[in-house]
Amino acid sequence: MNPKLARWLQAPSVAVLLLWMIVPLMMTVYFSVMRYQLLYPERSGFVGWSNYEFFVTDRAFWPAIGNTLVLVGLVLVITVGLGLALALLVNRPFRGRNIVRILLISPFFIMPTVNALIWKNMMMHPIYGVFAVIWRFFGAEPVGWLTDMPLLSIVIMISWQWTSFTFLIFTTALLSMDQEQVEAATLDGAGAFSQFWNLVLPHIARPIAVVILIQTIFHLSVFAEILVTTGGGPGDRSTNLTFLIFTQALQGFDFGVAAAGGVIAIILANIVAVFLIRAIGKNLAASS
Amino acid sequence: MTDKQRRKIKQGCSTGLAWLIACLFFFPIFWMVLTGFKTEQQAISIPPLLFFTPTLENYMLASERAGYTLYALNSVITAIGGTALGMLLAIPAAYAMAFQPGPRTRGVLLWMLSTKMMPAVGVLMPLYLICQKLDLLDTRLALVIIYALVNLPIIILILYNFFRDIPKEILEASRMDGATTLGEIVHVVLPLARSGIASTALLSIVLLWNEAFWSINLTSASAGTLVSLVASFSNPEGLFWAKVSAVSTMACAPIVIIGWMTQKQLVQGLTFGAVK
Repeated sequence: MNPKLARWLQAPSVAVLLLWMIVPLMMTVYFSVMRYQLLYPERSGFVGWSNYEFFVTDRAFWPAIGNTLVLVGLVLVITVGLGLALALLVNRPFRGRNIVRILLISPFFIMPTVNALIWKNMMMHPIYGVFAVIWRFFGAEPVGWLTDMPLLSIVIMISWQWTSFTFLIFTTALLSMDQEQVEAATLDGAGAFSQFWNLVLPHIARPIAVVILIQTIFHLSVFAEILVTTGGGPGDRSTNLTFLIFTQALQGFDFGVAAAGGVIAIILANIVAVFLIRAIGKNLAASS
Repeated sequence: MTDKQRRKIKQGCSTGLAWLIACLFFFPIFWMVLTGFKTEQQAISIPPLLFFTPTLENYMLASERAGYTLYALNSVITAIGGTALGMLLAIPAAYAMAFQPGPRTRGVLLWMLSTKMMPAVGVLMPLYLICQKLDLLDTRLALVIIYALVNLPIIILILYNFFRDIPKEILEASRMDGATTLGEIVHVVLPLARSGIASTALLSIVLLWNEAFWSINLTSASAGTLVSLVASFSNPEGLFWAKVSAVSTMACAPIVIIGWMTQKQLVQGLTFGAVK
């Protein structure tokens, strides 16, 4: 194959991705400095920074930024920690190991809206929910999960689903560990902790980095779970940046302000992406 | 107690613990499936019922009234259509990158990956307006195109990894025999990469089947997918839980089963080949 042909074979993909990235991005930037309200189409024109000002001074802006970061951070800590612990627990032959694996990875394949409804209706409902029943059994007052701890409730839903993901990745990574090395370490009298620290952790450092990258991409824009369960409330206590922009755009019909929010979201995501691409780029290089 | 006995007890405990946690993890899904077979009264009874006479009524009603069939059809068409279009674009690109890598190949790959990091909400307004102008709001075509673009970088990366694992010697041998580039692709590369292509397609279908953002924001009654159908059930408080559970079970079952079957490929796919 000559290099020219190779370029032509790549051209369609590169072209559509370039369009997909640039056209909407340019439009978002353009709208963000224009007045664009669906309900008042006659009011239009260049407004400079005022959409940004409006978005940033919105009462919900800083809470939304905070919620976004707390959500991503907590979910990362829970899923990586729990997924790793589970993977280590299942990392030896025992009866029914395959069934245990299947049970543990199933939540990952549940659609986000179903995930949200299962937890909202059947687990966390303050009257009929399974948690409420357990709480009452122990004589405690049932917790109003979605009204009293909305953000934590959403973190729980997402962590449930994504611990399956981390578990699956870490289990697979552990399979490729050199068993002879582990046996040698055991013979040398290395304890469980020192084995974990010196053998297991270096082996799965790369999978951990990859898992963090992929999850950060997904969780920065959590949307469906919030829409279906709390609607961002009560107040703005479970509104993240994505949801705030959504409410501005499709509920407030103020496209200009929503576009300004969109630009801010893109900038934030890029700050994270730069660090992560650097880490992953190194890994890609190491693997090739 | 000997060391051996002590170890056996320890292993027994950790097996028990693994089973316990696995059951707890699966419980919400189990409970959803169970609720789908209850009557509406049984679904909200206190204490919750574990044993009851199952009914299939919810499944009948859901497929008749909720228009389940149309939404299911939309899910199938958009997930498979988006995957097919994505694969069509990705296979030649990944092939060229793997077998004729240039100095910029790695950079192009990373750039493609970076388009995945653009938050969807950042381009929601433009896409909404573009779809409105082109009369594509609430159409399957819009979702197929967007889904293909959303998954394209991942598909290319995974295929690239599969293609790269094909030994170069085989290609050289076929070239010696006078094979053309097209002949090379059809007779040598595709058969070798068949399992890789199939698992990539399955992965893409799983991801698109569960895609929520674009489906909820760009479709409603005529092109809505199962994800949107379930989202539309979020309002009624304490009503229709059994029916919602039945619909949810039907919506998730096929993908969960595909997921079980393709674990290995999914790991490779979702970590961009970093974990194998």
